[in-house]
Amino acid sequence: MSILARNLTKTFGAYTALADVSLEIPTGKLVALLGPSGSGKTTLLRIIAGLEFADTGSGRIDFHGSDVTDVPAGKRGVGFVFQHYALFKHMTVAENIAFGLTVRPRRERPDRAAIDARVKELLKLIQLDDLGARYPAQLSGGQRQRIALARALAVQPKVLLLDEPFGALDARVRKELRRWLRHFQREIGVTTLFVTHDQEEALELADEVIVMNNAKIEQVGTPQEVYDRPASPFVIEFLGNVNRFATKAHPLPGAGSDVLYVRPHDVDILRDYHGEHGVRVHVQHVFSAGNTGRVALVREDNGDAIDAELSRVRLAELNLVAGDQAWVVFRHIRLFPAGAFTERDVATEDATPAVADPGQGI
Amino acid sequence: MASAVSSLSRSSGLTARPLATRDAPWLRYTLTAIALGFLALFLVLPLVAVFTEALRRGLGAYFAALNDPDGLHALKLTLFTAGLAVPANLVFGVAAAWCIAKFTFPGKSLLITLIDLPFAVSPVISGLIYVLLFGAQGWYGHYLAAEHPWLPGLQAWLIEQDFKIIFAVPGIVLATTFVTFPFIARELIPLMQTQGNDEEYAAITLGASGWQTFRKVTLPNIKWGLFYGVILCNARAMGEFGAVSVVSGHIRGETNTLPLHVEILYNEYQFVGAFAAASILALLALVTLVLKSLVEWAHARRHA
Repeated sequence: MSILARNLTKTFGAYTALADVSLEIPTGKLVALLGPSGSGKTTLLRIIAGLEFADTGSGRIDFHGSDVTDVPAGKRGVGFVFQHYALFKHMTVAENIAFGLTVRPRRERPDRAAIDARVKELLKLIQLDDLGARYPAQLSGGQRQRIALARALAVQPKVLLLDEPFGALDARVRKELRRWLRHFQREIGVTTLFVTHDQEEALELADEVIVMNNAKIEQVGTPQEVYDRPASPFVIEFLGNVNRFATKAHPLPGAGSDVLYVRPHDVDILRDYHGEHGVRVHVQHVFSAGNTGRVALVREDNGDAIDAELSRVRLAELNLVAGDQAWVVFRHIRLFPAGAFTERDVATEDATPAVADPGQGI
Repeated sequence: MASAVSSLSRSSGLTARPLATRDAPWLRYTLTAIALGFLALFLVLPLVAVFTEALRRGLGAYFAALNDPDGLHALKLTLFTAGLAVPANLVFGVAAAWCIAKFTFPGKSLLITLIDLPFAVSPVISGLIYVLLFGAQGWYGHYLAAEHPWLPGLQAWLIEQDFKIIFAVPGIVLATTFVTFPFIARELIPLMQTQGNDEEYAAITLGASGWQTFRKVTLPNIKWGLFYGVILCNARAMGEFGAVSVVSGHIRGETNTLPLHVEILYNEYQFVGAFAAASILALLALVTLVLKSLVEWAHARRHA
């Protein structure tokens, strides 16, 4: 079931949570709504769910071509999963999962045996077969979130909406559950939209990422597109670590400094360099614990800090210690004109990111 | 430094807990004694006094005093009043707490302040307000005396029924309801606020109606707080003196509640009767406390 939202605006008093936002989510896709807190992503999700409504007169929401703008949440056929699970504390796991079926009007309600069968099937699906008689308080965070998911799926929703579903879990469980959710979503094929502020989560899990900032959508694309071809300085800064340098040397028009971005893994460190694109640096600190090596460097000409990320093997080869002098070469850079930072329109129209040759204009 | 550490460990002994977590024995015993003495003087002693005074002339006189028809009527009226005031406040309290805790609307803080009003004003003033509103010289009296009243049928019916509010049972029930209004709402508002709305939202997205959401999700979550509020509200409803005293008119066998009855008997130097009636009130209070403890115990066990 596809979701189409058009021109949604939502204001709370003087605060604008959504400014004329439109988006389309194709059937069966797993889509991430990614953005910092306050970017409007949760508001957007709740409006799609029908838990909140866009400002009067603004916007329209279609589920698979039928207008649901004024349909209340309970009749939209959405499954909603909350960050803090929102399980019914006084009900057993089985009663929680059955809730959506048991509250149906009598003539639509499946009989007891059918409900029990559905609960059993869902418990099996979430791999918690034996926990039906437990209460939520007796379960771990990861288990609770899976039950919340089963509860949402029990009523066979057309779309599944998840609000920071892994936000309350610890790192290890989060990773596990993430993998499980992706597999699970592929299996049942329900159109899924989830909100997250964790770029790693969005990039790893989603078929498509919608990056939001300041009540607007900054970019929509596959994880690779938004990572490799960020549409704005915000997107490049939000999606992972990046080195940022001011530069005036580029010919693009616009007053002030243009800004150049280099991802730490695109910084190559060399002991010796004789080309013309190298930058002279000295080593400030070497972080050798972790799955990649990281090196904090300082440019000798202007004192800018540069972070570099390289494989452990490469780090061992270089054998750097604090205070060493070295060269760096940038494999891949991205340049945004100064205007992109003040005027959003400039960012989308003029500032088609330029991919420059390594070392150009530094 | 080293010497300070060793002297500390020497003075606290090897088996004792660290000195930092306890005070000197004399201090602990003194503080405990003060607390217990205070309790004995202000709580236990009066309770004991009530029962000894009531039983001063022996069990026979005690039961004879209890059997007094006016006293029995006062007991009935007290229970009747509580039986109306508590359910009314149960409904109003839950409704008020529900809308304050779960929704935002203009005038919300004004509503919260209004709910606290009965706590803020003296019960005697609450009673006086009712006298001014519903007394013979008040709006209600003017309405009954009016020549061209609004809704003449109602006026005729009220006159025919000789329906009085002040110096009659309706006034007592009204005053009691007013004075005990905040107990349930005040108990529920913070509870419902900390619980948030997520469970309700979850129920709604699963297709539950508003009433189903309330009955199956909200109500079970506030059950214990609600019991607690009802018990406190009931205790106050049975014991209320000030407001009821103003509106009741102290008509023996008609508009006397137990607390008023105690006062009348005491003023007439019928000490055994007064204390016997007081002991009934005290017993009702003790039953309430036992119920309250049971609720707390059951609640603690549920969450253990």
